Amino acid sequence: MSEQLQEVLQEAKKLRGELGSAAYHQIVTSLYQKAEATAQQAVRKAARRDWDRRIDDILTSRVFGYPIMLLLLAGVFWLTIQGANYPSALLSNLLFGLEEHLINFFLWLHAPAWLYGFLIAGVYRTLAWVVSVMLPPMAIFFPLFTLMEDLGYLPRIAFNMDGLFRRVGAHGKQSLTMAMGFGCNAAGVIAARIIQSPRERLIAILTNTFVPCNGRFPTLVAMAAIFFGGASVSALSGSLIASAVVLGIVLLGVLVTLAVSWLLSHTVLKGLPSNFALELPPYRPPQVGKIIVRSILDRTLFVLRRAAIIAAPAGGLIWILANVSIGGTSILSHVAGFLNPFAELIGLDGVILLAFLLGLPANEIVVPIILMSYLAAGTMTDLESISAMRKVFAENGWTWLTGLNVLLFSLLHFPCGTTLLTIKKETGSAKWTLLGFALPTAIAVIICFLVTQLVRLIGLV
Amino acid sequence: MNCVDYVIALAGNPNTGKSTVFNALTGLNQHTGNWPGKTVAQATGSYVYNHKKYTLADLPGTYSLLAASVEEQIARDFLLFGNPQATIVVVDATCLERNLNLVLQVLEITDQVVVCVNLMDEARRKGLALDTAILERELGVPVIPTVARSARGLEELKEAVADVAACRIKTHPSRVIYPEAIEGAIKTLSAKLQPLLSRSNALRRRWIALRLLDGDDTVLAALTDYFVKNRREEGTV
Repeated sequence: MSEQLQEVLQEAKKLRGELGSAAYHQIVTSLYQKAEATAQQAVRKAARRDWDRRIDDILTSRVFGYPIMLLLLAGVFWLTIQGANYPSALLSNLLFGLEEHLINFFLWLHAPAWLYGFLIAGVYRTLAWVVSVMLPPMAIFFPLFTLMEDLGYLPRIAFNMDGLFRRVGAHGKQSLTMAMGFGCNAAGVIAARIIQSPRERLIAILTNTFVPCNGRFPTLVAMAAIFFGGASVSALSGSLIASAVVLGIVLLGVLVTLAVSWLLSHTVLKGLPSNFALELPPYRPPQVGKIIVRSILDRTLFVLRRAAIIAAPAGGLIWILANVSIGGTSILSHVAGFLNPFAELIGLDGVILLAFLLGLPANEIVVPIILMSYLAAGTMTDLESISAMRKVFAENGWTWLTGLNVLLFSLLHFPCGTTLLTIKKETGSAKWTLLGFALPTAIAVIICFLVTQLVRLIGLV
Repeated sequence: MNCVDYVIALAGNPNTGKSTVFNALTGLNQHTGNWPGKTVAQATGSYVYNHKKYTLADLPGTYSLLAASVEEQIARDFLLFGNPQATIVVVDATCLERNLNLVLQVLEITDQVVVCVNLMDEARRKGLALDTAILERELGVPVIPTVARSARGLEELKEAVADVAACRIKTHPSRVIYPEAIEGAIKTLSAKLQPLLSRSNALRRRWIALRLLDGDDTVLAALTDYFVKNRREEGTV
């Protein structure tokens, strides 16, 4: 009996090989086609749902699906970049104007120099940077994204992307977890619960960090605006180029997600993608008031508070590192100097790498820490938003290549502490958590290294 | 409780009112028990119709039987090994197309099917006109429109189930025809399966061949499991 069984299994294996991997998909497709044909015979629809159908035919069509998706994303990025510039300048003028008064207040108190150095140049200035650089893009991006969610567009994205994810051996719902990742990677990791198969769920969890979360998004916006947006960001062409760069980075993140998913599903997480039914809900008119309140209160302020809680001590720490000297050199220079040789190889510098390491608890504080480190020991610079930032970076030897590498490293590097803890909680395994840390980091280092060496080899910088 | 006349399986997508149908049919005569295939507690209940006793097994709500999840495996294993005399598939009238996918898959395992189109009232409210006569003709099995919440159509459902279970109605289920290459492979495999499963019918062999082709490992596991348990007598799968 079991011999006969074995024989049948052998035969089945052989036939499977002949039919190729498409067999499963073909079987499912035949089923769905028959179901559709039968349903069409039996059901007559009133005209009401026709609107949804017609919109779906365009938004999820083979020809227009992807271009519309890209255009929408690009539009959202452009609105964010263009719109964030003005309030950003306003906020930074306000906050750094206040700094002068605070200093005067401390002088009037006859407070010791180290105290107001620590509190003002350290804690306060980092907080001011976090608020002025991070808040405006968040406050614009979040409502726009929630608007798309409320309209019912996100399931359509999952529908469009399903084929791609199937081809790399992952689950079509992974694009929904990625969409959540735009808000927060920890939320994206939790969202992976909607995927039933443990194998595909792990893939979704491990790759979620390649979606730039909203803590890293302002970093991308700032870098793109400074190094690729041209001299004046307010000029239309400049903001268009910067949006294109941000879009490119996000697409690179999607590409890396697909590549890593493929890699995982062909090595440690082998298996076939499972089929699923995705319901496309009817389009609804968005509730604009609710969206604004919800995205500002629930998301923007929440993220900002988290950033501020971590930024304040980090700012103080940086100030101490920059102002306490050992052997005539500040600790910051020691640490940065120690990291520098390696950082140089991947087109960064010691300070940037240190900022990414210190940014482990929250990615929001990376750019503020970099700025702080450059400014803490130096003299006061006239600080007004983007052009000031460009000047600071230029004085510290940044080129467009440095900007590009910060973009790449920010997109690809290890997830933040909260996300790592969430991965640990969701997978219940230290091993997968470690992989969730090591894999992106390795990819970030390799890609930055290759880009840097290639650009230097050709002599573009 | 050993005087059960018929065992009936109750399948359906999630959120189709399957539980409402189950409760409406069985009332308080419910208990949980273990069924062959998987040792998972399953809600069962019973009702009496025309002096015959029917035991209803409430399968987990699933979108398909392709065994991607545990629920799908349980539902599939019961249809395969539980030997129900009839299977009711509850479908949601407001999204028939998605629900028919499961109906077609059940029809690949068994001929003894009654389709219960539930939520007819909601469909009407949404402006959907559903012709159950056409659906019955297309599927080749009895199709009963119901509104389980207000117990409408349940008598007709019981009658159809009784007729199908007692083979008073001969069903002519419509089957999915696959692309030529796959149909060819099915034929080859079915022939190979014949000596192994000589007591099973051609439909069952075709279904097993299909699962072997789409690489469903769980059916292999269930199959070998079954063979090991029934080593003495020949498999009746």
